Amino acid sequence: MDFGPYLMLASLEGAVTAAVLALTAIGLSLVFGVMRVVNVAHGEFFMLGAVLAWWVASHVGGPPALGFIVALAIAPLAVGGLAALADMTVLKRVNYDPERTIVATIGILYILQQVTLMTYGPEARPVEPPFNTRLALPWFEWGENGFQIYWPWGLSTTSYKLFVIGAAAAVLIGVWILMARTRIGLLMRATQLDREMALAFGIPVERVYATVFGLGGALAALGAVLIVPTQQAHYLMGGDPLLLSFIVVIIGGLGSLPGTVAAAILIGLSDGIISVFFSPMLAKILATMLVALVLVFRPQGLFGSGEK
Amino acid sequence: MLELDKINAGYGRAQILRDLTLRVAPGEILCLLGRNGAGKTTTMKAIMGLLPLMSGAVRLDGKEISALPAHKVAGCGVGYIPQGRRLFGELSVAQNLELGLRAGGCGPEVLEDSLDLFPRLRERMGQRAQTLSGGEQQMLATARALCLKPRVLLLDEPTEGLQPSMIAAIRDVIAVMRDRGVGILLVEQRVDAVLSVADRVAFIENGRNLETLDAEALRRDHSLITRHLGV
Ligand SMILES: Nc1ncnc2c1ncn2[C@@H]1O[C@H](COP(=O)(O)OP(=O)(O)O)[C@@H](O)[C@H]1O
Ligand SMILES: [Mg+2]
Repeated sequence: MDFGPYLMLASLEGAVTAAVLALTAIGLSLVFGVMRVVNVAHGEFFMLGAVLAWWVASHVGGPPALGFIVALAIAPLAVGGLAALADMTVLKRVNYDPERTIVATIGILYILQQVTLMTYGPEARPVEPPFNTRLALPWFEWGENGFQIYWPWGLSTTSYKLFVIGAAAAVLIGVWILMARTRIGLLMRATQLDREMALAFGIPVERVYATVFGLGGALAALGAVLIVPTQQAHYLMGGDPLLLSFIVVIIGGLGSLPGTVAAAILIGLSDGIISVFFSPMLAKILATMLVALVLVFRPQGLFGSGEK
Repeated sequence: MLELDKINAGYGRAQILRDLTLRVAPGEILCLLGRNGAGKTTTMKAIMGLLPLMSGAVRLDGKEISALPAHKVAGCGVGYIPQGRRLFGELSVAQNLELGLRAGGCGPEVLEDSLDLFPRLRERMGQRAQTLSGGEQQMLATARALCLKPRVLLLDEPTEGLQPSMIAAIRDVIAVMRDRGVGILLVEQRVDAVLSVADRVAFIENGRNLETLDAEALRRDHSLITRHLGV
């Protein structure tokens, strides 16, 4: 295969990574933005989403599509509920103090991981995609006969991968509408801007916090349900999404939602491309170096605004 | 009637207010005077439930609002115009006002009424609050509090850093609200401004009450002020 088609293939893989990463990171970013706390257990909410997806899919009979659709509805709801519960029982007790919250969420991380190991076990288990048609992709060239389109051998993707990209985009638009156009979004933004004044103007900040933390967990779980048919559910799978989400949130500018999406696309695409042409390890090394550079030279993030 | 009954409050372990007692009757302007750091802003935060009371009680028309969670205080009819305005800067003028309406459970007629008092805001409803001029921001902070149809208004240095024309506009609105029977607790640094609007003046120092006097007495005898403020 020539370089061009190869690059397109790598970009498509990267776009799938970027789509799921954007969902996961937007959850982390939302929590940091509104609540000013770092959720170290975020990757475990992702992992729980994948494990629950397997559990639901294997208990719902019928065609794979049915199990998947049920999982898509139930897993984010269940994980979101669990996250909201963790907020009300644990984070509220430590008063959302930044340092104590980090320690508390590390505790939650290990509890979720070990409980999953004890119940679900150490195996990696697949979830069947609802549909998975192979789609050949065209390429073009300027040859002696002028412009022509052809179908290189091996250049293909699957309908499911395209679905993941589309679904993630739809959910991100939904999050944007929620924040920009709805009443609850207005309360979240007011809380983010000035917690004390939010209280002074009757906003139930504690409920807003539980909602935001639940929403963050649900978005991570949703990303996991989407990706689990192309990967496998495993109790240790939360580490990578956590690391990458942190990278994305820092590069995008802490708490900035558009910045987070832009950074997810940047990191996801370059991860896909570098992994294909060089090695996945190099992709991670470069991303981590980029974070270090951003922290030193542009602490507000590549896409963040100047303030704070 | 807003009553502070021997409240003790502070930040963490640092106690600032000590047995502070104040009463603001409906249709009355009580001015709180005291040096920088005397605890005036802290008093307002304590009323809003933003600081836990160590002891004492804050009552509004007999109801103990200090026993409520902080976010329920505004709904009882307490409008807060904080020092430094503290607008939701990235939100629009309309959204800031909407949050005020929501806090009081009020409808569009209250919004119309607030905008009639500050017509200049009407032209700027879609603008982000942080892009307003200083005077307009103070108008918005005031209108936001009026949108919850307050029974009591807390104004913390509302004229700080404003031009004379803006100061007059704010003061007119304060007078309108007083005439409508709203109780007003006003913190103001400039003594002449205090004397021109206040009904009574409460002096505080180190979070404690000094004297509370009728403004009439102070207008007659300015030396009383110098004595209490030590300026
Ligand atoms: N957030 C805070 N944490 C700790 N101490 C504070 C805080 N805010 C104010 N103080 C202290 O409380 C005292 C009263 O402050 P304040 O109520 O703001 O005075 P003012 O009368 O000037 O409004 C001051 O000694 C100040 O240093
Ligand atoms: Mg003050």
